[in-house]
Amino acid sequence: MISLWHVMGAAGHLAERELRGVGGRAALADLAGSTSLGGRLEELRGRAVLLAVRDQLTAALALIELDGVASRLVVCPPDLPAEHLPFVMATAAVEAVVGDRTPGLGIVDVECTATLAPLTTPRAATVLTEWILLTSGTTGPPKLVAHTLASLTAPITRGSAPTASAVWSTFYDIRRYGGLQIFLRAMLGWGSMVLSSAAEPTGDFLLRAAADGVTHISGTPSHWRRALMSPSAPKLAPRYVRLSGEIADQAVLDRLRDVYPGAGLGHAFASTEAGVAFEVDDGLAGFPSARIGQPGPVELKVVDGSLRIRSPRTAARYLGAEAPALRDGDGFVDTGDMVERRGDRYYFVGRRDGMINVGGLKVHPEEVEAVINGHPHVRMSRVRTRKSPITGALVIADVVLNGEPPAPGPTRTELERDITERCRAVLARHKVPAAINVVPALPVTAGGKLVRHGA
Amino acid sequence: MSVKAEILSQFEQVAREQKKRLAPLSDDLVLLDSGLDSLCIAIIVARLEDTLGVDPFNVTQEAEFPVTLADFVRLYDEVVALK
Repeated sequence: MISLWHVMGAAGHLAERELRGVGGRAALADLAGSTSLGGRLEELRGRAVLLAVRDQLTAALALIELDGVASRLVVCPPDLPAEHLPFVMATAAVEAVVGDRTPGLGIVDVECTATLAPLTTPRAATVLTEWILLTSGTTGPPKLVAHTLASLTAPITRGSAPTASAVWSTFYDIRRYGGLQIFLRAMLGWGSMVLSSAAEPTGDFLLRAAADGVTHISGTPSHWRRALMSPSAPKLAPRYVRLSGEIADQAVLDRLRDVYPGAGLGHAFASTEAGVAFEVDDGLAGFPSARIGQPGPVELKVVDGSLRIRSPRTAARYLGAEAPALRDGDGFVDTGDMVERRGDRYYFVGRRDGMINVGGLKVHPEEVEAVINGHPHVRMSRVRTRKSPITGALVIADVVLNGEPPAPGPTRTELERDITERCRAVLARHKVPAAINVVPALPVTAGGKLVRHGA
Repeated sequence: MSVKAEILSQFEQVAREQKKRLAPLSDDLVLLDSGLDSLCIAIIVARLEDTLGVDPFNVTQEAEFPVTLADFVRLYDEVVALK
């Protein structure tokens, strides 16, 4: 049985590799003879295990130890609302809980800690572990998405995991698909990894990542826009900068290119359900239209404007009797991400379910944001709907500026007008924001994505 | 600025922004003939909500939709007076 621990060992160099958390570090070689599970690993063999810990370092150790042991590994993100826990446990038929805060939930409760204890029984992988990742909608319980180590690691090729002396990091939590991809790249290559912490301010994380010599780092465009506002951002010297999880517009790509001129710059299209579909490394937004319909392990097609993906990297299914089908009859996952062809490239224009309807005409907030974000004084923006008794809805925009915003007055009005003119030059009339509000900051979810109301 | 003056100013402003030829703003001007389409009117109503603090279309559900500019101004006058 091939387990995560097995492939880490096959990658080699364990003695030189570490997991570095905000409060401590763990040498990978130490896991050969010690455990984070207090000598109770064998009690979890063949069981459906829920992993619910606060600290990322502890979570990382448990993931390594439980793959090949647990029949099912339910990976809870740290911000999972407690009210959804009973639903998650019932849907995944959880038998055991590995945690640091939820005693008495499972048939077996095991405490997990980053302080390692001696391992009494040698590690043995005997079970093909089903990995369950949770995706959260804006409301309601999460969906439980079933992967295997094989589907999770299928996107990681020799070429995509440059190895010697790599130090990986990500703004994501590793218990989300985007973060897990980086963790697995570090574990399958020769790398070490610096783990983020939700409680740590962005500037502090950047300084820690710089001090630890991070070479490969990923985040959502929202993560990066926030990072670029920090005076610590230029202290990083990455060889590779990656964006995923949201649409990477040309403005954020250009700014990253300016701040990290020596780094490879890539944006990946990935989702928990569809896996990593492709990576774009030419520094341009969108992706080459030739990619659609191209034969290969990852097949892409566009149906009614939305991107569909069939590959060995997609999840197998949603758990739960009432859950919808994850793949269509032909095995394609409908991403719900709408694309539009312009010339020889496709561009992401937004989510199908995030559309604003202005008097019967459709607007994707993201296509308007991409235009606004191209303004030299704009750091980031959020386009949202405003109810209108005339057209049902209007488009308005909240905008965060680079640097100090001018006080309300002629300068600010001039800037708002300038942004509006920019939109008017390239967008259809109904897509131009009826109002531009300059705001100090925009809310970002725990998953690193812009908070969208009513999406 | 009076309610009427504010309304007239928004009509002119939005017509300019939207590059619409605005008919002379007389009291008996039929809104459908004003040169403004429903997107323009929607923007005017949103801006008036910000400046006057009222949206008469939300307050009086059963109100008939104003036909002339005078109807439109009267609708706002009434709701502003109630405020």
